[in-house]
Amino acid sequence: MQIIVNNKAMEMAEGSTLSALAETLRLPEKGVAVAINNQMIPREEWSATGLQAGAQVVVIKAACGG
Amino acid sequence: MEKLTIAGKSFSSRLFLGTGKFRSNELMEQAIRTSGSEMVTVAMKRIDLENPEDDMLRHITHESIQLLPNTSGVRDAEEAVFAAQMAREAFGTNWLKLEIHPDPRYLLPDSIETLKATEKLVKLGFVVLPYCQADPVLCKRLEEAGAATVMPLGAPIGTNRGLRTKDFLQIIIEQAGVPVVVDAGIGSPSHAAEAMELGASAVLVNTAIAIAADPVRMANAFRQAVEAGREAYEAGLGSVSANFEANASSPLTAFLQ
Repeated sequence: MQIIVNNKAMEMAEGSTLSALAETLRLPEKGVAVAINNQMIPREEWSATGLQAGAQVVVIKAACGG
Repeated sequence: MEKLTIAGKSFSSRLFLGTGKFRSNELMEQAIRTSGSEMVTVAMKRIDLENPEDDMLRHITHESIQLLPNTSGVRDAEEAVFAAQMAREAFGTNWLKLEIHPDPRYLLPDSIETLKATEKLVKLGFVVLPYCQADPVLCKRLEEAGAATVMPLGAPIGTNRGLRTKDFLQIIIEQAGVPVVVDAGIGSPSHAAEAMELGASAVLVNTAIAIAADPVRMANAFRQAVEAGREAYEAGLGSVSANFEANASSPLTAFLQ
């Protein structure tokens, strides 16, 4: 199935969880946050959160700014 | 110098630093260290999945530094709440510099959305430091909504034009029941000292330090200016004469007569 991660299409196996995506993307243990369809998902819920086809995933991290 | 307390947390430094526009993360880190700042802002961006880059967080993470994530890029209260939740998750702090400036030309804060967002975010348990107009009525409303400080602007972000809003800042400071942090527009150490002499609790500086020819030395200059300005405020400045008539400091009569 296809999902969108930071505006880019990505293929994931049906039934994948957010944890699986985090592993694929090699997200660091700290300093990132993830939202699905504009809903922030706390890290402790990643393994129980399934991804649906077409899901809009946003992954953010720190940036310089005032 | 009295310590500054915000939301029960004590700060020795009254200089808050932004992390934008530095030529390198190393230079930014050195400038922060030299400034003595204990409150440093951080923004958020989407991870570029194809081009991993240096993690700026490791340059600012230190036990003496309170991270202050900002909501830059949001256009209304709803987006601000979303950004706040992402920031709390990513950085492990509930402190937040709330900034809602939908118009990129002047980057002036939207007062109505800022007040709405402050009300919501306080209920959600955030320590909210709103960037806002130098509007004394608004600042009181933000305080009543539970803001931990108010952060009125001196001039538009990044302009280095100084305290163009000085008269209103004075009213805000006189009325405030929470710390007043002058944010935006401070372009030189003298501007920072001026804000501190007025009685501001702290200043937030970014561009003036980041784009200096030598940001580390400029950070040092700001550190001294903020300390001098605060010291002068606490020492009690003399009144300004209403006219130009001199008032002798030396005895005028006893020397030649």
